[in-house]
Amino acid sequence: MPTDQAIENQSTTLDSVVIRFCGDSGDGMQLTGGQFTDTSALFGNDFATFPDFPAEIRAPKGTTFGVSGFQVHLSSESIFTPGDRVNAMIAMNPAGFKVNLEDVEPGGIVIVNEDEFTKGNLSKCGYLDGYNPLEDDEINNKYALVKVPMSRLTKESLADSGMGAKDVNRCRNMFALGIAYWLYERSLDHTKEYLVKKFAEKKGLPEVAKINIRALEAGYYFGETAEVFPARYRVPKAKQEPGTYRQISGNEATVLGLVTAAQKASKPIVYASYPITPASGVFHGLAHLKRFGIKTIQSEDEIAAICTAIGASFAGDIGVTGTSGPGLALKGEAMGLALMLELPLVIVNVQRAGPATGLPTKTEQADLLQAMYGRHCESPLIIVAPRSPSDCFNMAIEAVRLAVEFMTPVIYLSDGYIANGAEPWKVPSVGDIPTINITHPKQEDFADGEFLPYARDPETLKRPWAIPGTPGLEHRVGSLEKEAGTGNVSYDADNHDYMVRMRAKKVANAANSIPLLEVDGDPSGDVLVLGWGGTFGSITTAINEVRASGHSVSYAHLQYLNPFPSNTEEVLGSFKKVVIPEINLGQLSTLIRSKYLIDTIGINIVKGKPFRVETLVERITEVVSS
Amino acid sequence: MSATESKISELPIYTAKDFTTDQDVRWCPGCGDYAVLSAVRKALPGIARKREDYVFVSGIGCAARFPYYMETYGMHSIHGRALAVATGVKCANPGLEVCVVSGDGDLFSIGGNHTIHTMRRNVDITILLLNNKIYGLTKGQYSPTSETGKISPTSPAGSIDYPINPIAIAVATGCTFIARSLDVDMKGMDAIIKRAMAHRGTSFVEVYQDCNIFNHKAWFYASQKDTMPENTIKVEHGKPLIFGTDRDKGIRFNNGRPEVVLIGQNGITEADLIVHDETDMFLASMYAQMAHPEFPEPMGILHADPTKPTYNDLLYQQLEEAKQKSGQPDLQALITGNESWEVQ
Repeated sequence: MPTDQAIENQSTTLDSVVIRFCGDSGDGMQLTGGQFTDTSALFGNDFATFPDFPAEIRAPKGTTFGVSGFQVHLSSESIFTPGDRVNAMIAMNPAGFKVNLEDVEPGGIVIVNEDEFTKGNLSKCGYLDGYNPLEDDEINNKYALVKVPMSRLTKESLADSGMGAKDVNRCRNMFALGIAYWLYERSLDHTKEYLVKKFAEKKGLPEVAKINIRALEAGYYFGETAEVFPARYRVPKAKQEPGTYRQISGNEATVLGLVTAAQKASKPIVYASYPITPASGVFHGLAHLKRFGIKTIQSEDEIAAICTAIGASFAGDIGVTGTSGPGLALKGEAMGLALMLELPLVIVNVQRAGPATGLPTKTEQADLLQAMYGRHCESPLIIVAPRSPSDCFNMAIEAVRLAVEFMTPVIYLSDGYIANGAEPWKVPSVGDIPTINITHPKQEDFADGEFLPYARDPETLKRPWAIPGTPGLEHRVGSLEKEAGTGNVSYDADNHDYMVRMRAKKVANAANSIPLLEVDGDPSGDVLVLGWGGTFGSITTAINEVRASGHSVSYAHLQYLNPFPSNTEEVLGSFKKVVIPEINLGQLSTLIRSKYLIDTIGINIVKGKPFRVETLVERITEVVSS
Repeated sequence: MSATESKISELPIYTAKDFTTDQDVRWCPGCGDYAVLSAVRKALPGIARKREDYVFVSGIGCAARFPYYMETYGMHSIHGRALAVATGVKCANPGLEVCVVSGDGDLFSIGGNHTIHTMRRNVDITILLLNNKIYGLTKGQYSPTSETGKISPTSPAGSIDYPINPIAIAVATGCTFIARSLDVDMKGMDAIIKRAMAHRGTSFVEVYQDCNIFNHKAWFYASQKDTMPENTIKVEHGKPLIFGTDRDKGIRFNNGRPEVVLIGQNGITEADLIVHDETDMFLASMYAQMAHPEFPEPMGILHADPTKPTYNDLLYQQLEEAKQKSGQPDLQALITGNESWEVQ
């Protein structure tokens, strides 16, 4: 491990930096970026990440549509987004360079593997014959371009390793990571340990671990000795509340939230799902947690998955199904069944860009109206939406709590951005998380009367959850309209009207069981920005910038979309203008306008990407200064 | 898993009445479903199970009203999805006896996918297919088991669909218990239901059921006093395949193919006939292809393989193994993860 002292006084201290690693989808960019993030997290930076990968697993090598990227924003301050503008980019091939260059700030560092900028590779990604961007004066003037023959240097540094060309070639990403570690004064220790664990211990390939470590060190030494970099950079530790921290992505936090809810409810979870991007990560995570009594079932299709979860809830477990937008559409009828049966059910929907297959690996917030109305007839259910990767933990617990507290399906709207993005998370103490109380009636409870499967709790309006195997409480539930109380099939007109209203009222009543909408900033004034779900980080950052330039603006963020918090109308009524940024064409605006009869100003951008902070700043500033 | 399986002597003494709800049965008078309901209600007291441990699940269709009439736990779900729901019930609590009552539309049209995959996984569920070869509840359209040429409201010129073969599907999926019965054969049905419920794995029972409103007499070639002996053959484990009013006909292999023969003619004796072996999937495969009028249609338990582990057993086995391996699971350690850091 090289020491830093030689160049100690040459380094520039930065508050924050945005780095993007990019290359071919086979170049290991997600791993490289992940390692850089882990190391920075352990060092003590605040961070946010944004992995961006193609839907194709291995698109033809060297093409622009096969480019995989990983962006990480490191800071000594509190940050909420992976950043708009890239300060430094490491491009492993011309395709990655071409796709990502426009996001790099003028003057930003661009490190390229120049060995890959061959005639053939340049033409593969659509550069005109005879043109090499690395020789373009305009590009050289605009960016701090650093050309490194990474392929050759990796090969040379491993020449005596005795390993084949294929294995050696695969170490290029570690060479690049070594350069990045040198440039940002990071320790190699964590990645070395990781490589030993991954290759030597788990896969029994110690020699592969060895060459990767050597490539990593070679990259680091290259940075130190080659003198091609203008400076080294240091991003000091962030000031964080004391405690235990970890890095967490939204999908990981969803998994941990569901497991925690199950433990707090003393109930097993049956998670039935059909693999779909970007929700599969939740499935993968839960499948490894059998020791916590989590039963995962890979169903034959989306409909089977939700129906199996419903069956599990009927039998007394907590049924959970997970999907993305297209799958949610397929589950529509069964969601109606669950709310007719009045059984607890959690439907995890990690939203992606669509419609139809759309952009499976890109993010969007456009399933809100589907979640709200995407079923036939009057079929309200509870909708919650986590606001950040770590908030997925809290909201997954909330989804389970509300499902059992109100005996109703709950849709949990995550999105591809927070599902795959990661941030530091102060790990909560399990003991501080409240218990979820569940009672199943017993025959003795009805010694003086009759068990009525559709009798309602006067406060919550939920029905009792009597489960098969309980003597004396045998009963039938079904998709036909239920008679109030008995649950028998009823075609009575007034009963139907009553039950339709009861089901709606029950869901509306959940407003009494959720937190009030908090306003950040003045509780009344000219402009309120109202967000929901995974845009919290971008909007928060934008609001801070708008305020820093002297404007007054308040901000509220909804994590509960149905019902809305009970003070929502009051909050909205305290402002002259309500601005709603969302990654759709105005779905929350539609709900707010129709429910509260107020006008809203939408900021709607639907590019399959998270909001750019600078766009939000511009658009919010327009409203506050008009 | 067997915690709730009890010795019959320890159970309350049930009669069919104990399994009868106060709900009026609303099938058309004369519907074959009545016979199946009655057979099930009568069979359950003879099975070593507590009443509260039964769960009847159905989809949509005439047959799907079944759970409302059984004084057990039950769910009338949505069209085609009964098996997916039943899988969830069984996986949540494998101690329950889960039975799906369904029709040909539910199981082989809208819910066909679930039928295939439930059978393939060998989830411990009993499936009763009430096959009337017609859509009754929607008023008489042809179904996936209707014969080609069927005249119906949606096929006025005759259906151009070829029918599906439920037994062949069951064989193709590796279903571990395959049986067939006639709605009028109360005795046969009783024996099959008891065996099907006792079987650990997916039990599939096809019942030829008469829809006397929209497809009356569809099964008369097999279900009547004079037609049953000639056009069906009751298979019994270990016994030769013999049928006919005078029990003078049998099935033998001729050059690898089944053939109807007359016992006593051309020197053919019982010893030349195929002997039914319910464990043999090759025979089940053959039964699936034996159709009227070339062959008598096989009735009884066509296949039973109790050796294949069930999906729910394997699921719980993996849970157990994971628990054994890890000891007491530590939630705090899980959420903290392996790469946490301390901020002072």
